[in-house]
Amino acid sequence: MKLTLHIWRQRSTSEKGRMVSYEMADANEHMSFLEMLDVLNEQLIGRGDDPVAFDHDCREGICGSCGFMINGIAHGPRSGTTICQLHMRHFKNGDELWLEPWRATAFPIVKDLAVNRSAFDRIIQAGGYITTPTGNAIDGNAIAIPKEDSERAMDAAACIGCGACVAACPNASASLFTGAKISHLGLLPQGQPERNGRALRMVQIAQEETFGNCTNIGECEAVCPKNISLEVIARMNRDFLRGSFLWRSGSGGDGG
Amino acid sequence: MRLDSKTPSGPVEKRWDNCKFENKLVNPANKRKYSVIVVGSGLAGGSAAATLAELGYNVKCFCFQDTPRRAHSIAAQGGINAAKNYQNDGDSIYRLFYDTVKGGDFRARESNVYRLAQISVNIVDQCVAQGVPFAREYGGTLANRSFGGAQVSRTFYARGQTGQQLLLGAYSALSRQIGEGRVEMHPRTEMLDLIVIDGKARGIVSRNLISGQIEIHLADAVVLGTGGYGNVFYLSTNAKGSNATAIWRAHKRGALFANPCYTQIHPTCIPVSGDYQSKLTLMSESLRNDGRIWVPLNKGDKRVPDQIPESERDYYLERRYPSFGNLVPRDVASRNAKNCCDEGRGVGETGLGVYLDFAESIQRLGQHVVRERYGNLFEMYERITGEDPYKVPMRIYPAIHYTMGGLWVDYQLQSTIPGLFVIGEANFSDHGANRLGASALMQGLADGYFILPYTLGNYLASNKLEKVSTDHPDCKQALEQASVSTKKLLAINGKRTVDSFHRELGKIIWDHCGMARTGEGLREALQQVPALRQEFWSNVKVAGGPEEFNQSLEKAGRVADFLELGELMCRDALERNESCGGHFREEYQTPDGEALRNDEEYSYVAAWEWKGPNQAQELVKEPLNFEYVHPSQRSYK
Repeated sequence: MKLTLHIWRQRSTSEKGRMVSYEMADANEHMSFLEMLDVLNEQLIGRGDDPVAFDHDCREGICGSCGFMINGIAHGPRSGTTICQLHMRHFKNGDELWLEPWRATAFPIVKDLAVNRSAFDRIIQAGGYITTPTGNAIDGNAIAIPKEDSERAMDAAACIGCGACVAACPNASASLFTGAKISHLGLLPQGQPERNGRALRMVQIAQEETFGNCTNIGECEAVCPKNISLEVIARMNRDFLRGSFLWRSGSGGDGG
Repeated sequence: MRLDSKTPSGPVEKRWDNCKFENKLVNPANKRKYSVIVVGSGLAGGSAAATLAELGYNVKCFCFQDTPRRAHSIAAQGGINAAKNYQNDGDSIYRLFYDTVKGGDFRARESNVYRLAQISVNIVDQCVAQGVPFAREYGGTLANRSFGGAQVSRTFYARGQTGQQLLLGAYSALSRQIGEGRVEMHPRTEMLDLIVIDGKARGIVSRNLISGQIEIHLADAVVLGTGGYGNVFYLSTNAKGSNATAIWRAHKRGALFANPCYTQIHPTCIPVSGDYQSKLTLMSESLRNDGRIWVPLNKGDKRVPDQIPESERDYYLERRYPSFGNLVPRDVASRNAKNCCDEGRGVGETGLGVYLDFAESIQRLGQHVVRERYGNLFEMYERITGEDPYKVPMRIYPAIHYTMGGLWVDYQLQSTIPGLFVIGEANFSDHGANRLGASALMQGLADGYFILPYTLGNYLASNKLEKVSTDHPDCKQALEQASVSTKKLLAINGKRTVDSFHRELGKIIWDHCGMARTGEGLREALQQVPALRQEFWSNVKVAGGPEEFNQSLEKAGRVADFLELGELMCRDALERNESCGGHFREEYQTPDGEALRNDEEYSYVAAWEWKGPNQAQELVKEPLNFEYVHPSQRSYK
């Protein structure tokens, strides 16, 4: 299979980037997309060129490292699939593909297709946890959790933090990511004591990190490789509103 | 050198309590005067960093990924064991201890394993409290599944993403500490060397992977939770970035490396499809609960699976091991798959595969139940292979998955370098020669949440640690060495890429130090690996420069270490003239092809001491004693 690849090349955060075209003659349908890029990189190194930088690690769709745009779609054409699990059988001989990094002010480009997503970490640091220091937990079966609640929490907790939602959103909103964590913890009894403050702080930090607001476009859900539902954004908004009324700073508890 | 395991005295069930009581404590107000470096942010490193910070220590945590949430623990699928006996099926701490010692083929320390089994129950409680969404029954209680090597249901799980959920739990605890300023996090930073001053570990040399800057970080103790070395094989289920650089460079600074030849081959991975392949994908072992493994009865039967009648199928695990059936431990399942393929009964285009068939379970339970249990795994299989496992049996083949060997540690998880602690897969401690399913997550979290925080305190309280500065000659020497070695790699400018060396190394190790080993093959590998290493240092081509984001350079440094470690694995395997667990020497087997141990001569931990570049390493033995679980021929029949 022969392909033409147009790839965004940018040496560092501060330098200007540009699209560079490559002919890829040695792709085959069993390769994953990243394996196809490995082959390209081996060729580039062989001829003394700089290989294309892209983040990747587990290559089984769970670590969330990989991700870039293929022809304008985050993670490429197959729904519910990260780029590392996208196989070349979904492309055909002669295809022309444009590869670009996630584009958002909050995700500065590191090099080529690799971006800095540490803003996501700071959103979690603002409240994406349950305060429970090691060592004082009660028995795991002491709180019964309805199966449906646990399943729904798991649906939201499946987020891999890849950033596709931000890249796909015209507002570069991190609402799907933030809402997923707020929903995961908010659906469980263990997450109730900090529910209000958590939503307030996480949403506020997302704004400070220059992510945009949600305007219900739904592109995020369409590209999410873990099929996180837009419903988590509704839950985020509800918890944010609830928190705005009930949470008192310095009250010691979480109000409500 | 003599190895002191520092195993506490007393009956096995009291040893950890005795140890905790005898360990010295650091006064709460004094904890903030100490600093600790944690390298790695997976289940072991992440949980340790969070817990140490909660206790009040100043923690610096390092990971090579762009965020601590991506450590490779995230890819563990099946579950975590805990001796809760929620299912009323006869489980107990003692049974988990017994199963683990036996499963490890009597090559682990009893005291460590007992402690692991004891702590298992606390881990699940801690994780539930953090909000880990474990699977639940309709009544709201925690659900369990059974797993290879056990006859009870003690495995807790979150769909097929248990590692992800446990890691996100540890990451959330770590994030809280980072947010509160108690942990200084250094993502995209790699450890290049260990700094040892006056015989004690006092810091690390690191490289910022974005700027390329090499710098020194000092502390009162260093903890390595950097995972295993399965990527020596090039093709493994490990993440592409998983590497042995931190433990290997610590080894070269004096930490003994134990049991390097104990590597685990996981029986249920998706078979290799071509030579461009970059990694292997595991299908959770939990699939063996409901899937039946078979190959055609006759050699060279190339019919599609549904054309092969029942009478012409060989459900070889059920046939050979009636009491454990498809749930035999990993080493046994893997070896049997290899044997079937060696006999010419393998399936798929390459003949390197066996069927894992769900037809009967789908009929018995209904497709919806199978989907609920394994839906995401089935989807993953379909994404990779393009085949629908609800309709055709999966094809699976063994692949390297976990390494039981690692840096030698005593009962306090301290290496042979005082002040250097090693946790999780990076150490050698708890699994002997074979790890049971769902025990890796358990060990990582036991070490990080519940063991290290006690034992590290004991070290800090019992040692007077002088202040050191980056001006110390040992710091300057380590810094200089790291930057020279980086420049050396870039200056070679040869003809072959790093990956081509790595693939070749992987093939040598897989062929000679993989699922089955022979003295002859190992001796051959011991010629090939040093020759390849020599070629690497004269003919590798590394792209780019030192002071930039350079993934080619990162890989080169890691492969340089694998080229040394691979040789040690072969030496260790050659020295161990017996078969045990994941180490199967063809010369040593029972008449029916099972591993044949030699307890008289080999009941010891083989720890290797670095003697300098291209020098033979020296073997130091730690004898193993079994007071409770008496060594017997493992039988799963």
